[in-house]
Amino acid sequence: MNLDFTPEENAFREEVRAFIRDNYPAELRKAQDEGRPLTKTEYLLWHKVLAKKGWVAPGWPKELGGTGWTPTQKYIWSEETAKADCLPTLPFGLSMLAPVLYTFGTDEQKQKFLPGIYNGDVWWCQGYSEPGAGSDLASLKTRAERVKGDDGKEYYIVNGQKTWTTLGQHADWGFFLVRTDPDAKPQSGISFLLIDMKTPGITVRPIITLEGGHEVNDVFLDNVKVPVENRIFHENQGWTCAKALLAHERTGIAGVARSKRNLEKLRTIANTERSDTGSALLADAFFRRKVAELEIDLTALEFTELRTLAGESSGKGPGPESSILKIKGTEIQQRLQELALEAVGHYGAPFLRDIAASNETVGPDYADGSAGEMFNGRKTSIYGGSNEIQRNIISKMVLGL
Amino acid sequence: MDFSFTEEQSMLRDTVAAYLADHYDFDKRRAVVTKEPGWRPDVWKAFAEELGILGAPFSEDLGGLGGGAIENMIVMEEFGKALVVEPYLGTVVIGGGFLKHSGHAGAADLIGGIIGGQNIFAFAYAEPKGRYNLAALETTAKKDGAGWVLNGHKAVVIGAPFATHLIVTARTSGGPRDANGVSVFIVEKGAKGVTTRDYPTVDGNRASEVYFENVSLGADALVGPADGGLPLVEKVVDEAIVATCAEACGVLRRLQEGTVEYTKQRKQFGVPISSFQVLQHRMVDMFINLEQSISMTYMATIKVTDDAERAKAASAAKVQIGKACKFVGQNAIQLHGGMGMTDEMAIGHYFKRATMIESAFGSVDHHLARYEGLSLGKAA
Repeated sequence: MNLDFTPEENAFREEVRAFIRDNYPAELRKAQDEGRPLTKTEYLLWHKVLAKKGWVAPGWPKELGGTGWTPTQKYIWSEETAKADCLPTLPFGLSMLAPVLYTFGTDEQKQKFLPGIYNGDVWWCQGYSEPGAGSDLASLKTRAERVKGDDGKEYYIVNGQKTWTTLGQHADWGFFLVRTDPDAKPQSGISFLLIDMKTPGITVRPIITLEGGHEVNDVFLDNVKVPVENRIFHENQGWTCAKALLAHERTGIAGVARSKRNLEKLRTIANTERSDTGSALLADAFFRRKVAELEIDLTALEFTELRTLAGESSGKGPGPESSILKIKGTEIQQRLQELALEAVGHYGAPFLRDIAASNETVGPDYADGSAGEMFNGRKTSIYGGSNEIQRNIISKMVLGL
Repeated sequence: MDFSFTEEQSMLRDTVAAYLADHYDFDKRRAVVTKEPGWRPDVWKAFAEELGILGAPFSEDLGGLGGGAIENMIVMEEFGKALVVEPYLGTVVIGGGFLKHSGHAGAADLIGGIIGGQNIFAFAYAEPKGRYNLAALETTAKKDGAGWVLNGHKAVVIGAPFATHLIVTARTSGGPRDANGVSVFIVEKGAKGVTTRDYPTVDGNRASEVYFENVSLGADALVGPADGGLPLVEKVVDEAIVATCAEACGVLRRLQEGTVEYTKQRKQFGVPISSFQVLQHRMVDMFINLEQSISMTYMATIKVTDDAERAKAASAAKVQIGKACKFVGQNAIQLHGGMGMTDEMAIGHYFKRATMIESAFGSVDHHLARYEGLSLGKAA
């Protein structure tokens, strides 16, 4: 047991640092600094640089384009990209759909869809949740009926509504859970379909969230015609794919490296802000206690994640224990956001969305958006299976209750 | 970066676990701790001679197994699972720690006696008015020719009734809480002027109030530098904290697993109470507390040998473990219902040990304040 890095690992860290320094797109850096919503092109700038380098999909099997990095190298990678405030790559294709494709897809499907994911040419979105199916995802009602088309080929005709589709406004394709057997038990009548978002009958409608942003959408499907060969795995067995995807979604969700960076930001803010007595806020007995407790909890999470990664490298896939990472990771992210808002005091209030274009700010720069981030961050304990659902998973799968 | 154990380390764990399974079940322990002398010298002898574990963290040229903090962690975690009362912490971790780190002239001989099972140490550092401040000492040692004269009263010295030797902190100069002027001494318990009042503790251990009245010590009683002993005390106490965290991991595991088992058996309203979601989520939170405690114990065990990181790591781990001991311990009793209140069931005994660990070497508040100073700079 040790925390030492080998000379090769230290060299790798240097290589990563140099690569980010020399290749991070200046245009994207500028857009991030301005704090405005990114355009579709901007979202993919860094992705494309990484794809060219061969570093865009560290989690994939090596023969499909993965990096073959050790868990320690992956840890170094996530630390360095977080420290440099690199935009995380979008998860929908790379870390949600791709593992389903390479685990359950046919060779033809892999060849057709993996390159577009890898290169960032195709933007994917997720069609899981429905207005009536949130935590109880298996109760989903979007219906897919199998018919023979005029061309003699088989199709699914899909009707229903999906919701909370993140960044669906930019999507070229979507992966959807649909009900193919309405008479079967909830989990056993579901299929996993890939749908071209340009297919007639699809309408994407924005949902504006409470901080004022447009991140999520409703997706309406009205007699959408989907070729049967776009189904992954067997008909009525899509739930197997859905579960595998959710386990992969949970492991990345801890966000340790990013939380470490945000903790550094919080400490800088709290050293600048003044307490009631005129001392630095970070010297205030009550505030510093909250920061210290958060820092200790983050250390515990970091080592729990390292233990999980070490376990995975010895052959275990992401197991139900990854639910711990989701619960603690999101709790910590939310506490960081709350403390950042608390730290800025009065200047948490100004809401400058409509005048942001003119680059006007009120109060210190770091206060801008602190309330919005806290409001937006409430989603993290809800999405990816709410934290209560994660507790159900641990209860059932780990404790055997 | 590596979180795996070597083959020797895994063997050490298996050896200790197997011995305790055979010789240290709950009923046996309960019978021993409720009557005199409150521990089993024959078990201690077996630790030394059969298992050889009293040499676990000592180098091979001293006669040990060549291990360190990781070996202490392994032994202490297994001891936690069985609620072992024999004084490994006081003797091997603390007594051995002072001897290893101080360069004391008699260290090799004294360590030989530890490994062989003859020398048993207890750490006399706490005082009635000192709380958790290691420099708050009213016990004094005054220079007397080449040696020293010791006077004072040490509080709740765990394991002192079993001890042959005491490690004593005393003020040799400076004011009541000064960092400078702290010195460390080895005192034979049978020395003239040492008296003790022995008693049981709430968690099945034994302790003493120890009084020193004009105890005459030779020059060789001094461990580490005169007046400048506080850094040494802090280092050894940090090692003891980390070892105690490992013990807590064993205790917490038994509390968590015992509670899961019990709720599967216990029926109310015609169903096992483990089917109630409100209890399931509570047990998940107990499990998360346990896992986070294991993570912090690994972290601190690895960092305790790095003087730049040691203090912060030990305090961070103790904060996590202290909170977990309270949460897991109290909820274990709650979920056992009335049965959790009985002396007959093991769960209550694990709870009592967890509660004592919560404040051992400093409460959550103490270690939060220490961590803050180390990580965030001075308070206003």
